[in-house]
Amino acid sequence: MTKALTIRGLRKVYGNGFEALKGIDLDVEQGDFFALLGPNGAGKSTTLSIVSSLVRKTEGSVTIFGYDLDTKLSNAKKMLGVVPQEFNFNQFEKVWNVVITQAGYYGIPADVAAPRAERLLKKLDLWEKRNNVSRMLSGGMKRRLMIARALVHSPKLLILDEPTAGVDIELRRSLWDFLRDLNSEEGTTIILTTHYLEEAENLCRHIAIINKGEIIENTSMRSLLSKLNTETFLLDISRDLLPADIPVLEHYPLSLVGEHTLQVEVEKSRGITALFSGLQAHGIEVVSMRNKANRLEELFVALVRGESI
Amino acid sequence: MTSRELMVAFWTIFIKEIRRFSRIWVQTLLPPAITMTLYFVIFGNLIGNRIGDMGGFTYIQFIVPGLIMMSVITNSYGNVVSSFFGTKFQGHIEELLVSPVPNWVILSGYVLGGVARGLAVGLIVTLLSLFFTKLHVHHIGITVLVVFLTAFLFSLGGFVNAVYAHTFDDISIVPTFVLTPLTYLGGVFYSITLLPPFWQAASQANPILYMINAFRFGILGVSDINVGTAIGIILLFSVALFVYCLHLLKSGKGIRN
Repeated sequence: MTKALTIRGLRKVYGNGFEALKGIDLDVEQGDFFALLGPNGAGKSTTLSIVSSLVRKTEGSVTIFGYDLDTKLSNAKKMLGVVPQEFNFNQFEKVWNVVITQAGYYGIPADVAAPRAERLLKKLDLWEKRNNVSRMLSGGMKRRLMIARALVHSPKLLILDEPTAGVDIELRRSLWDFLRDLNSEEGTTIILTTHYLEEAENLCRHIAIINKGEIIENTSMRSLLSKLNTETFLLDISRDLLPADIPVLEHYPLSLVGEHTLQVEVEKSRGITALFSGLQAHGIEVVSMRNKANRLEELFVALVRGESI
Repeated sequence: MTSRELMVAFWTIFIKEIRRFSRIWVQTLLPPAITMTLYFVIFGNLIGNRIGDMGGFTYIQFIVPGLIMMSVITNSYGNVVSSFFGTKFQGHIEELLVSPVPNWVILSGYVLGGVARGLAVGLIVTLLSLFFTKLHVHHIGITVLVVFLTAFLFSLGGFVNAVYAHTFDDISIVPTFVLTPLTYLGGVFYSITLLPPFWQAASQANPILYMINAFRFGILGVSDINVGTAIGIILLFSVALFVYCLHLLKSGKGIRN
Protein backbone atom coordinates (compact mmCIF):
# COMPACT_ATOMS: atom_id res chain seq x y z
CA MET A 1 0.00 0.00 0.00
CA THR A 2 1.24 3.49 -0.81
CA LYS A 3 2.61 5.22 2.24
CA ALA A 4 1.02 8.43 3.46
CA LEU A 5 4.42 10.06 3.75
CA THR A 6 7.84 8.96 2.61
CA ILE A 7 10.92 11.04 3.35
CA ARG A 8 14.33 10.04 2.04
CA GLY A 9 17.66 11.68 2.75
CA LEU A 10 16.03 14.97 3.68
CA ARG A 11 18.57 17.65 4.39
CA LYS A 12 18.13 21.33 5.11
CA VAL A 13 20.91 23.86 5.44
CA TYR A 14 19.70 27.40 6.18
CA GLY A 15 21.29 30.49 4.69
CA ASN A 16 23.36 31.06 7.83
CA GLY A 17 24.96 27.62 7.40
CA PHE A 18 22.94 25.92 10.15
CA GLU A 19 22.20 22.32 9.19
CA ALA A 20 18.70 21.78 10.57
CA LEU A 21 18.20 18.33 9.02
CA LYS A 22 21.03 15.90 8.37
CA GLY A 23 19.53 13.55 5.80
CA ILE A 24 16.56 12.01 7.60
CA ASP A 25 14.45 9.07 6.42
CA LEU A 26 10.88 8.64 7.61
CA ASP A 27 7.83 6.59 6.62
CA VAL A 28 4.28 7.11 7.79
CA GLU A 29 1.72 4.47 6.91
CA GLN A 30 -1.78 5.30 5.68
CA GLY A 31 -4.24 5.65 8.55
CA ASP A 32 -1.50 6.01 11.15
CA PHE A 33 -1.52 8.44 14.06
CA PHE A 34 2.10 9.47 14.20
CA ALA A 35 4.04 11.62 16.68
CA LEU A 36 7.16 13.50 15.68
CA LEU A 37 8.84 14.56 18.87
CA GLY A 38 12.02 16.39 19.71
CA PRO A 39 13.37 19.23 21.80
CA ASN A 40 13.14 22.83 20.57
CA GLY A 41 15.32 23.39 17.52
CA ALA A 42 15.64 19.65 16.82
CA GLY A 43 14.24 19.90 13.29
CA LYS A 44 10.56 18.97 13.76
CA SER A 45 9.10 22.17 12.39
CA THR A 46 11.66 22.30 9.58
CA THR A 47 10.64 18.77 8.55
CA LEU A 48 6.95 19.59 8.59
CA SER A 49 7.50 22.94 6.85
CA ILE A 50 9.33 21.18 4.02
CA VAL A 51 6.49 18.65 3.72
CA SER A 52 4.04 21.59 3.64
CA SER A 53 6.10 23.39 0.94
CA LEU A 54 6.74 26.35 3.24
CA VAL A 55 10.48 25.72 3.41
CA ARG A 56 12.67 24.58 0.54
CA LYS A 57 14.72 21.46 1.10
CA THR A 58 18.44 21.36 0.37
CA GLU A 59 18.52 17.66 -0.59
CA GLY A 60 16.35 14.56 -0.49
CA SER A 61 12.84 13.65 -1.49
CA VAL A 62 9.37 13.91 0.02
CA THR A 63 6.43 11.90 -1.27
CA ILE A 64 2.85 12.32 -0.06
CA PHE A 65 0.50 9.46 -0.97
CA GLY A 66 2.80 8.60 -3.87
CA TYR A 67 3.07 12.17 -5.18
CA ASP A 68 6.59 13.54 -5.17
CA LEU A 69 6.88 17.19 -4.11
CA ASP A 70 9.39 17.82 -6.91
CA THR A 71 7.33 16.40 -9.75
CA LYS A 72 3.69 16.26 -8.61
CA LEU A 73 3.51 19.20 -6.26
CA SER A 74 -0.11 20.13 -6.96
CA ASN A 75 -1.38 16.57 -6.36
CA ALA A 76 0.77 16.23 -3.25
CA LYS A 77 -0.62 19.47 -1.82
CA LYS A 78 -4.21 18.34 -2.36
CA MET A 79 -3.52 15.35 -0.10
CA LEU A 80 -2.29 17.54 2.72
CA GLY A 81 -3.90 19.68 5.42
CA VAL A 82 -1.70 21.75 7.70
CA VAL A 83 -2.38 23.17 11.16
CA PRO A 84 0.61 25.33 12.02
CA GLN A 85 1.88 26.30 15.45
CA GLU A 86 1.20 30.04 15.06
CA PHE A 87 -2.17 31.57 14.20
CA ASN A 88 -1.80 32.37 10.53
CA PHE A 89 -5.29 33.16 9.25
CA ASN A 90 -6.54 36.59 8.28
CA GLN A 91 -7.48 38.09 11.63
CA PHE A 92 -9.83 40.57 9.97
CA GLU A 93 -11.91 37.98 8.14
CA LYS A 94 -15.00 36.33 9.51
CA VAL A 95 -14.66 32.73 10.67
CA TRP A 96 -16.85 31.51 7.83
CA ASN A 97 -14.82 33.35 5.20
CA VAL A 98 -11.52 31.98 6.53
CA VAL A 99 -12.74 28.43 5.93
CA ILE A 100 -14.53 29.05 2.61
CA THR A 101 -11.59 31.04 1.21
CA GLN A 102 -9.20 28.20 1.98
CA ALA A 103 -11.48 25.79 0.11
CA GLY A 104 -11.37 28.18 -2.84
CA TYR A 105 -7.58 27.95 -2.94
CA TYR A 106 -8.04 24.22 -3.56
CA GLY A 107 -10.44 24.93 -6.42
CA ILE A 108 -13.54 24.01 -4.39
CA PRO A 109 -16.47 26.35 -5.17
CA ALA A 110 -18.22 28.03 -2.25
CA ASP A 111 -21.47 26.06 -2.76
CA VAL A 112 -19.57 22.77 -2.47
CA ALA A 113 -17.42 23.97 0.41
CA ALA A 114 -20.36 25.38 2.42
CA PRO A 115 -21.79 22.07 3.74
CA ARG A 116 -18.30 20.81 4.57
CA ALA A 117 -17.50 24.04 6.39
CA GLU A 118 -20.78 23.87 8.28
CA ARG A 119 -20.13 20.27 9.36
CA LEU A 120 -16.59 21.09 10.54
CA LEU A 121 -17.55 24.29 12.35
CA LYS A 122 -20.38 22.49 14.14
CA LYS A 123 -18.11 19.60 15.10
CA LEU A 124 -15.50 22.00 16.43
CA ASP A 125 -18.06 24.14 18.32
CA LEU A 126 -17.47 27.18 16.14
CA TRP A 127 -20.79 27.31 14.31
CA GLU A 128 -22.21 30.01 16.60
CA LYS A 129 -19.11 32.10 15.92
CA ARG A 130 -19.19 31.78 12.14
CA ASN A 131 -20.04 35.44 11.58
CA ASN A 132 -17.53 36.73 14.13
CA VAL A 133 -14.32 38.40 13.02
CA SER A 134 -11.64 35.81 13.69
CA ARG A 135 -9.37 38.03 15.80
CA MET A 136 -12.17 38.24 18.39
CA LEU A 137 -12.02 34.49 19.05
CA SER A 138 -10.35 33.03 22.13
CA GLY A 139 -7.02 31.21 21.75
CA GLY A 140 -8.70 27.81 21.83
CA MET A 141 -11.27 28.81 19.23
CA LYS A 142 -8.53 30.15 16.95
CA ARG A 143 -6.77 26.82 17.17
CA ARG A 144 -10.00 24.99 16.30
CA LEU A 145 -10.55 27.37 13.42
CA MET A 146 -7.17 26.40 12.00
CA ILE A 147 -8.17 22.74 12.24
CA ALA A 148 -11.46 23.42 10.42
CA ARG A 149 -9.59 25.37 7.75
CA ALA A 150 -7.05 22.56 7.28
CA LEU A 151 -9.80 19.97 6.84
CA VAL A 152 -12.17 21.80 4.52
CA HIS A 153 -10.65 20.22 1.39
CA SER A 154 -10.82 16.73 2.99
CA PRO A 155 -7.08 15.98 3.04
CA LYS A 156 -5.89 12.41 3.50
CA LEU A 157 -2.92 13.51 5.58
CA LEU A 158 -3.25 16.07 8.37
CA ILE A 159 -0.20 17.67 9.93
CA LEU A 160 -0.60 19.39 13.30
CA ASP A 161 2.28 21.35 14.75
CA GLU A 162 1.66 21.55 18.50
CA PRO A 163 -2.12 21.67 18.14
CA THR A 164 -2.88 22.00 21.85
CA ALA A 165 -0.20 24.50 22.86
CA GLY A 166 -1.75 27.04 25.24
CA VAL A 167 -5.09 25.24 25.28
CA ASP A 168 -6.89 24.47 28.56
CA ILE A 169 -7.25 20.89 29.72
CA GLU A 170 -10.95 20.54 28.85
CA LEU A 171 -10.45 21.79 25.33
CA ARG A 172 -7.34 19.67 24.91
CA ARG A 173 -9.34 16.58 25.76
CA SER A 174 -12.10 17.54 23.32
CA LEU A 175 -9.52 18.11 20.57
CA TRP A 176 -8.05 14.69 21.32
CA ASP A 177 -11.50 13.15 20.88
CA PHE A 178 -11.99 15.03 17.63
CA LEU A 179 -8.62 13.89 16.26
CA ARG A 180 -9.20 10.29 17.38
CA ASP A 181 -12.54 10.25 15.53
CA LEU A 182 -10.98 11.83 12.46
CA ASN A 183 -8.31 9.15 12.44
CA SER A 184 -10.51 6.15 13.22
CA GLU A 185 -13.78 7.05 11.48
CA GLU A 186 -12.58 8.96 8.43
CA GLY A 187 -9.21 7.23 8.10
CA THR A 188 -7.26 10.47 7.95
CA THR A 189 -3.57 9.92 8.57
CA ILE A 190 -2.39 12.31 11.29
CA ILE A 191 1.10 13.49 12.12
CA LEU A 192 1.54 15.71 15.13
CA THR A 193 4.31 17.36 17.02
CA THR A 194 3.78 18.21 20.64
CA HIS A 195 5.63 19.06 23.79
CA TYR A 196 2.91 17.38 25.85
CA LEU A 197 4.24 13.87 25.79
CA GLU A 198 1.11 12.63 27.49
CA GLU A 199 -0.68 13.76 24.33
CA ALA A 200 1.57 11.68 22.08
CA GLU A 201 1.28 8.67 24.37
CA ASN A 202 -2.50 8.93 24.44
CA LEU A 203 -3.09 9.52 20.75
CA CYS A 204 -0.30 8.12 18.63
CA ARG A 205 0.46 4.60 17.48
CA HIS A 206 3.89 5.35 16.05
CA ILE A 207 6.54 7.77 17.12
CA ALA A 208 9.75 9.25 15.78
CA ILE A 209 12.11 11.27 17.93
CA ILE A 210 14.30 13.80 16.21
CA ASN A 211 17.31 15.42 17.82
CA LYS A 212 19.89 17.76 16.31
CA GLY A 213 18.57 17.11 12.82
CA GLU A 214 18.65 13.31 13.04
CA ILE A 215 15.99 10.70 13.73
CA ILE A 216 17.19 8.92 16.86
CA GLU A 217 14.16 6.68 17.35
CA ASN A 218 11.40 5.54 15.01
CA THR A 219 9.12 2.80 16.22
CA SER A 220 5.68 1.97 17.52
CA MET A 221 4.57 3.62 20.75
CA ARG A 222 4.07 0.22 22.36
CA SER A 223 7.54 -0.95 21.40
CA LEU A 224 9.13 2.27 22.65
CA LEU A 225 7.34 2.18 25.98
CA SER A 226 8.30 -1.45 26.46
CA LYS A 227 11.94 -0.35 26.35
CA LEU A 228 11.50 1.43 29.62
CA ASN A 229 12.92 -0.98 32.20
CA THR A 230 12.13 0.90 35.35
CA GLU A 231 9.39 3.08 36.64
CA THR A 232 9.76 5.68 39.35
CA PHE A 233 7.10 5.95 42.02
CA LEU A 234 6.51 8.48 44.75
CA LEU A 235 5.16 7.09 48.01
CA ASP A 236 3.42 9.31 50.52
CA ILE A 237 4.00 7.93 53.99
CA SER A 238 2.18 8.45 57.26
CA ARG A 239 5.04 9.71 59.47
CA ASP A 240 8.09 11.95 59.44
CA LEU A 241 11.25 10.25 58.29
CA LEU A 242 14.90 11.28 58.57
CA PRO A 243 17.43 10.25 55.89
CA ALA A 244 19.08 7.95 58.39
CA ASP A 245 15.75 6.15 58.88
CA ILE A 246 15.37 5.15 55.24
CA PRO A 247 15.27 1.36 55.11
CA VAL A 248 17.50 -0.55 52.72
CA LEU A 249 15.36 -2.95 50.69
CA GLU A 250 16.92 -5.28 48.15
CA HIS A 251 15.86 -4.39 44.52
CA TYR A 252 14.00 -1.28 45.71
CA PRO A 253 16.39 1.70 46.00
CA LEU A 254 14.64 4.30 48.16
CA SER A 255 15.37 7.95 48.66
CA LEU A 256 13.69 10.68 50.68
CA VAL A 257 12.32 13.51 48.54
CA GLY A 258 10.19 15.20 51.22
CA GLU A 259 9.41 14.81 54.89
CA HIS A 260 6.59 12.43 54.08
CA THR A 261 7.60 11.28 50.62
CA LEU A 262 9.82 8.46 49.43
CA GLN A 263 10.98 7.83 45.89
CA VAL A 264 11.59 4.33 44.63
CA GLU A 265 12.73 2.88 41.31
CA VAL A 266 11.05 -0.39 40.46
CA GLU A 267 12.18 -2.73 37.70
CA LYS A 268 9.35 -3.65 35.40
CA SER A 269 9.90 -7.34 35.91
CA ARG A 270 9.34 -7.02 39.67
CA GLY A 271 6.07 -6.57 41.46
CA ILE A 272 5.56 -4.02 44.15
CA THR A 273 4.09 -6.29 46.80
CA ALA A 274 7.53 -6.97 48.26
CA LEU A 275 8.15 -3.25 48.43
CA PHE A 276 5.08 -2.68 50.58
CA SER A 277 5.88 -5.66 52.77
CA GLY A 278 9.44 -4.40 53.27
CA LEU A 279 8.24 -0.93 54.21
CA GLN A 280 5.63 -2.30 56.58
CA ALA A 281 8.31 -4.43 58.28
CA HIS A 282 10.15 -1.17 59.03
CA GLY A 283 6.99 0.40 60.41
CA ILE A 284 6.40 2.62 57.40
CA GLU A 285 2.82 2.85 56.21
CA VAL A 286 2.19 4.01 52.63
CA VAL A 287 -0.78 6.39 52.39
CA SER A 288 -0.76 6.90 48.62
CA MET A 289 1.39 6.21 45.60
CA ARG A 290 1.84 7.86 42.17
CA ASN A 291 4.07 7.77 39.09
CA LYS A 292 6.83 10.34 39.32
CA ALA A 293 6.61 11.30 35.65
CA ASN A 294 4.97 10.36 32.42
CA ARG A 295 6.61 7.21 31.09
CA LEU A 296 7.19 8.63 27.64
CA GLU A 297 8.73 11.72 29.15
CA GLU A 298 11.35 9.61 30.90
CA LEU A 299 12.19 7.82 27.67
CA PHE A 300 12.26 11.03 25.70
CA VAL A 301 14.68 12.70 28.08
CA ALA A 302 16.91 9.64 28.14
CA LEU A 303 17.00 9.35 24.35
CA VAL A 304 17.68 13.02 23.75
CA ARG A 305 20.50 12.93 26.32
CA GLY A 306 21.91 9.86 24.60
CA GLU A 307 21.40 7.70 27.70
CA SER A 308 20.60 4.00 27.49
CA ILE A 309 17.02 3.03 28.25
CA MET B 1 -5.49 21.68 -10.98
CA THR B 2 -8.19 21.61 -13.66
CA SER B 3 -9.09 24.81 -15.49
CA ARG B 4 -12.31 25.02 -13.47
CA GLU B 5 -10.37 24.66 -10.20
CA LEU B 6 -7.94 27.34 -11.36
CA MET B 7 -10.84 29.66 -12.11
CA VAL B 8 -12.33 29.04 -8.65
CA ALA B 9 -8.93 29.72 -7.02
CA PHE B 10 -8.47 32.93 -9.01
CA TRP B 11 -11.98 34.10 -8.24
CA THR B 12 -11.45 33.36 -4.54
CA ILE B 13 -8.36 35.60 -4.37
CA PHE B 14 -9.94 38.31 -6.52
CA ILE B 15 -13.16 38.46 -4.48
CA LYS B 16 -11.15 38.36 -1.24
CA GLU B 17 -9.26 41.43 -2.45
CA ILE B 18 -12.43 43.29 -3.39
CA ARG B 19 -13.97 42.35 -0.04
CA ARG B 20 -10.87 43.70 1.71
CA PHE B 21 -10.86 47.17 0.18
CA SER B 22 -14.66 47.42 0.33
CA ARG B 23 -14.65 46.53 4.04
CA ILE B 24 -12.22 49.36 4.79
CA TRP B 25 -13.79 51.85 2.36
CA VAL B 26 -13.16 54.70 4.80
CA GLN B 27 -9.43 54.08 4.28
CA THR B 28 -9.52 53.10 0.62
CA LEU B 29 -12.37 54.75 -1.30
CA LEU B 30 -13.26 57.84 0.71
CA PRO B 31 -9.85 59.60 1.01
CA PRO B 32 -9.20 59.86 -2.75
CA ALA B 33 -12.76 61.14 -3.24
CA ILE B 34 -12.17 63.93 -0.70
CA THR B 35 -8.65 64.75 -1.92
CA MET B 36 -9.68 64.93 -5.57
CA THR B 37 -12.74 67.05 -4.75
CA LEU B 38 -10.37 69.51 -3.07
CA TYR B 39 -8.14 69.46 -6.16
CA PHE B 40 -11.17 70.18 -8.36
CA VAL B 41 -12.28 73.06 -6.12
CA ILE B 42 -8.88 74.69 -5.57
CA PHE B 43 -6.92 73.97 -8.75
CA GLY B 44 -9.89 73.65 -11.05
CA ASN B 45 -12.26 76.38 -10.02
CA LEU B 46 -10.41 78.85 -7.76
CA ILE B 47 -6.93 78.95 -9.31
CA GLY B 48 -7.87 77.40 -12.66
CA ASN B 49 -10.13 80.26 -13.65
CA ARG B 50 -7.14 82.63 -13.41
CA ILE B 51 -4.84 80.30 -15.38
CA GLY B 52 -7.00 80.29 -18.48
CA ASP B 53 -6.98 77.67 -21.26
CA MET B 54 -4.44 74.86 -21.63
CA GLY B 55 -4.17 72.73 -24.75
CA GLY B 56 -7.37 74.31 -26.04
CA PHE B 57 -9.42 73.37 -22.95
CA THR B 58 -10.34 75.09 -19.71
CA TYR B 59 -7.79 74.34 -16.97
CA ILE B 60 -10.15 72.10 -15.02
CA GLN B 61 -10.98 70.10 -18.15
CA PHE B 62 -7.25 69.71 -18.74
CA ILE B 63 -6.39 68.46 -15.25
CA VAL B 64 -9.37 66.12 -14.74
CA PRO B 65 -7.88 63.23 -16.81
CA GLY B 66 -4.55 63.64 -14.99
CA LEU B 67 -6.21 63.63 -11.58
CA ILE B 68 -8.29 60.56 -12.46
CA MET B 69 -5.10 58.83 -13.56
CA MET B 70 -3.26 59.93 -10.42
CA SER B 71 -5.98 58.29 -8.29
CA VAL B 72 -5.85 55.12 -10.36
CA ILE B 73 -2.06 54.87 -10.08
CA THR B 74 -1.92 55.56 -6.35
CA ASN B 75 -4.78 53.25 -5.45
CA SER B 76 -3.90 50.28 -7.63
CA TYR B 77 -0.32 50.39 -6.31
CA GLY B 78 -1.41 51.00 -2.74
CA ASN B 79 -3.95 48.18 -2.75
CA VAL B 80 -1.55 45.44 -3.77
CA VAL B 81 1.40 46.64 -1.72
CA SER B 82 -0.61 46.88 1.50
CA SER B 83 -2.69 43.76 0.91
CA PHE B 84 0.16 41.45 -0.10
CA PHE B 85 2.50 42.82 2.56
CA GLY B 86 -0.29 42.36 5.14
CA THR B 87 -0.69 38.79 3.92
CA LYS B 88 3.02 38.22 4.48
CA PHE B 89 3.11 40.09 7.77
CA GLN B 90 0.15 38.25 9.31
CA GLY B 91 1.41 34.94 7.98
CA HIS B 92 -1.70 34.00 6.03
CA ILE B 93 0.42 33.86 2.88
CA GLU B 94 0.94 30.30 4.17
CA GLU B 95 -2.70 29.54 3.35
CA LEU B 96 -1.79 30.08 -0.29
CA LEU B 97 1.62 28.45 -0.14
CA VAL B 98 0.34 25.13 1.23
CA SER B 99 -2.47 25.04 -1.34
CA PRO B 100 -2.05 23.83 -4.92
CA VAL B 101 -2.88 27.22 -6.44
CA PRO B 102 -0.12 28.10 -8.97
CA ASN B 103 1.92 31.29 -8.76
CA TRP B 104 0.40 32.89 -11.86
CA VAL B 105 -3.07 32.56 -10.35
CA ILE B 106 -1.92 34.09 -7.05
CA LEU B 107 -0.33 36.98 -8.94
CA SER B 108 -3.35 37.49 -11.22
CA GLY B 109 -5.75 37.48 -8.27
CA TYR B 110 -3.82 40.10 -6.30
CA VAL B 111 -3.04 42.27 -9.32
CA LEU B 112 -6.60 42.28 -10.66
CA GLY B 113 -7.77 43.06 -7.13
CA GLY B 114 -5.53 46.13 -7.31
CA VAL B 115 -6.90 46.95 -10.75
CA ALA B 116 -10.43 46.71 -9.35
CA ARG B 117 -9.66 49.24 -6.61
CA GLY B 118 -7.83 51.53 -9.06
CA LEU B 119 -10.79 51.47 -11.43
CA ALA B 120 -13.33 51.87 -8.62
CA VAL B 121 -11.53 54.97 -7.35
CA GLY B 122 -11.08 56.20 -10.94
CA LEU B 123 -14.83 55.88 -11.48
CA ILE B 124 -15.64 57.71 -8.22
CA VAL B 125 -13.25 60.55 -9.12
CA THR B 126 -14.69 60.73 -12.65
CA LEU B 127 -18.24 61.00 -11.29
CA LEU B 128 -17.14 63.71 -8.84
CA SER B 129 -15.45 65.64 -11.61
CA LEU B 130 -18.81 65.90 -13.40
CA PHE B 131 -19.94 68.26 -10.62
CA PHE B 132 -17.22 70.67 -11.72
CA THR B 133 -16.95 70.31 -15.49
CA LYS B 134 -18.29 68.48 -18.52
CA LEU B 135 -16.33 65.54 -19.86
CA HIS B 136 -16.52 64.42 -23.50
CA VAL B 137 -14.82 61.10 -24.11
CA HIS B 138 -12.87 61.47 -27.34
CA HIS B 139 -11.96 57.78 -27.77
CA ILE B 140 -13.59 55.28 -25.39
CA GLY B 141 -11.37 52.37 -26.49
CA ILE B 142 -8.11 54.18 -25.76
CA THR B 143 -9.50 55.58 -22.50
CA VAL B 144 -10.50 52.16 -21.18
CA LEU B 145 -7.36 50.40 -22.47
CA VAL B 146 -4.97 52.96 -20.98
CA VAL B 147 -6.66 53.16 -17.60
CA PHE B 148 -6.83 49.36 -17.34
CA LEU B 149 -3.21 48.82 -18.40
CA THR B 150 -1.98 51.57 -16.08
CA ALA B 151 -3.85 50.10 -13.13
CA PHE B 152 -2.45 46.68 -14.07
CA LEU B 153 1.12 48.00 -14.30
CA PHE B 154 1.02 49.79 -10.97
CA SER B 155 -0.62 46.84 -9.27
CA LEU B 156 2.35 44.79 -10.42
CA GLY B 157 4.64 47.50 -9.06
CA GLY B 158 2.87 47.30 -5.71
CA PHE B 159 3.34 43.54 -5.72
CA VAL B 160 7.11 43.86 -6.26
CA ASN B 161 7.30 46.41 -3.44
CA ALA B 162 5.36 44.09 -1.11
CA VAL B 163 7.62 41.14 -1.89
CA TYR B 164 10.76 43.11 -0.99
CA ALA B 165 9.24 44.92 2.00
CA HIS B 166 10.25 43.84 5.49
CA THR B 167 8.55 46.59 7.49
CA PHE B 168 5.58 48.92 7.11
CA ASP B 169 8.07 51.72 6.39
CA ASP B 170 9.20 49.80 3.32
CA ILE B 171 5.73 49.92 1.80
CA SER B 172 5.44 53.69 2.10
CA ILE B 173 8.90 54.67 0.79
CA VAL B 174 8.20 54.06 -2.90
CA PRO B 175 4.75 55.72 -2.97
CA THR B 176 6.03 58.74 -1.06
CA PHE B 177 9.44 59.31 -2.58
CA VAL B 178 9.08 57.87 -6.07
CA LEU B 179 5.46 57.56 -7.15
CA THR B 180 4.11 60.90 -5.94
CA PRO B 181 6.93 63.06 -7.42
CA LEU B 182 6.80 61.18 -10.75
CA THR B 183 3.02 61.61 -10.89
CA TYR B 184 3.13 65.33 -10.11
CA LEU B 185 5.91 65.78 -12.69
CA GLY B 186 4.10 63.56 -15.19
CA GLY B 187 1.95 66.32 -16.63
CA VAL B 188 -1.08 66.09 -14.36
CA PHE B 189 -1.27 69.86 -13.89
CA TYR B 190 0.48 71.15 -17.00
CA SER B 191 1.39 70.45 -20.57
CA ILE B 192 5.10 69.74 -20.95
CA THR B 193 5.13 72.13 -23.91
CA LEU B 194 5.19 74.86 -21.24
CA LEU B 195 8.56 73.62 -20.02
CA PRO B 196 11.99 74.67 -21.33
CA PRO B 197 13.38 72.18 -23.93
CA PHE B 198 15.73 70.50 -21.40
CA TRP B 199 12.92 69.76 -18.96
CA GLN B 200 10.64 68.65 -21.81
CA ALA B 201 13.27 66.05 -22.77
CA ALA B 202 13.84 65.09 -19.12
CA SER B 203 10.09 64.64 -18.61
CA GLN B 204 10.03 62.04 -21.35
CA ALA B 205 12.07 59.73 -19.13
CA ASN B 206 9.11 59.69 -16.73
CA PRO B 207 6.91 56.70 -17.60
CA ILE B 208 3.89 58.25 -15.88
CA LEU B 209 3.92 61.09 -18.43
CA TYR B 210 3.01 58.55 -21.15
CA MET B 211 0.12 57.14 -19.19
CA ILE B 212 -1.39 60.47 -18.26
CA ASN B 213 -1.07 61.81 -21.77
CA ALA B 214 -2.48 58.67 -23.39
CA PHE B 215 -5.45 58.84 -21.01
CA ARG B 216 -5.87 62.57 -21.64
CA PHE B 217 -5.93 61.79 -25.35
CA GLY B 218 -8.70 59.27 -24.76
CA ILE B 219 -10.80 61.89 -22.95
CA LEU B 220 -9.86 65.20 -24.60
CA GLY B 221 -8.16 64.15 -27.82
CA VAL B 222 -4.93 66.05 -26.99
CA SER B 223 -1.59 64.65 -25.91
CA ASP B 224 2.00 65.84 -25.53
CA ILE B 225 3.32 62.52 -26.78
CA ASN B 226 2.45 59.87 -29.37
CA VAL B 227 -0.40 57.69 -28.05
CA GLY B 228 0.80 54.54 -29.83
CA THR B 229 4.23 54.90 -28.24
CA ALA B 230 2.62 55.44 -24.84
CA ILE B 231 0.46 52.30 -25.09
CA GLY B 232 3.45 50.31 -26.36
CA ILE B 233 5.56 51.42 -23.40
CA ILE B 234 2.83 50.58 -20.86
CA LEU B 235 2.37 47.14 -22.45
CA LEU B 236 6.10 46.48 -22.46
CA PHE B 237 6.51 47.44 -18.81
CA SER B 238 3.44 45.39 -17.86
CA VAL B 239 4.73 42.21 -19.51
CA ALA B 240 8.23 42.68 -18.08
CA LEU B 241 6.93 43.28 -14.55
CA PHE B 242 4.48 40.35 -14.75
CA VAL B 243 7.33 38.01 -15.70
CA TYR B 244 9.51 39.48 -12.95
CA CYS B 245 6.75 39.01 -10.35
CA LEU B 246 6.37 35.36 -11.39
CA HIS B 247 10.11 34.95 -11.01
CA LEU B 248 9.93 36.44 -7.50
CA LEU B 249 7.12 34.06 -6.51
CA LYS B 250 8.96 31.07 -7.95
CA SER B 251 12.18 31.97 -6.15
CA GLY B 252 10.21 32.37 -2.91
CA LYS B 253 11.80 35.76 -2.31
CA GLY B 254 10.50 37.14 0.98
CA ILE B 255 7.83 34.46 1.36
CA ARG B 256 9.57 31.08 1.54
CA ASN B 257 12.74 30.05 3.31
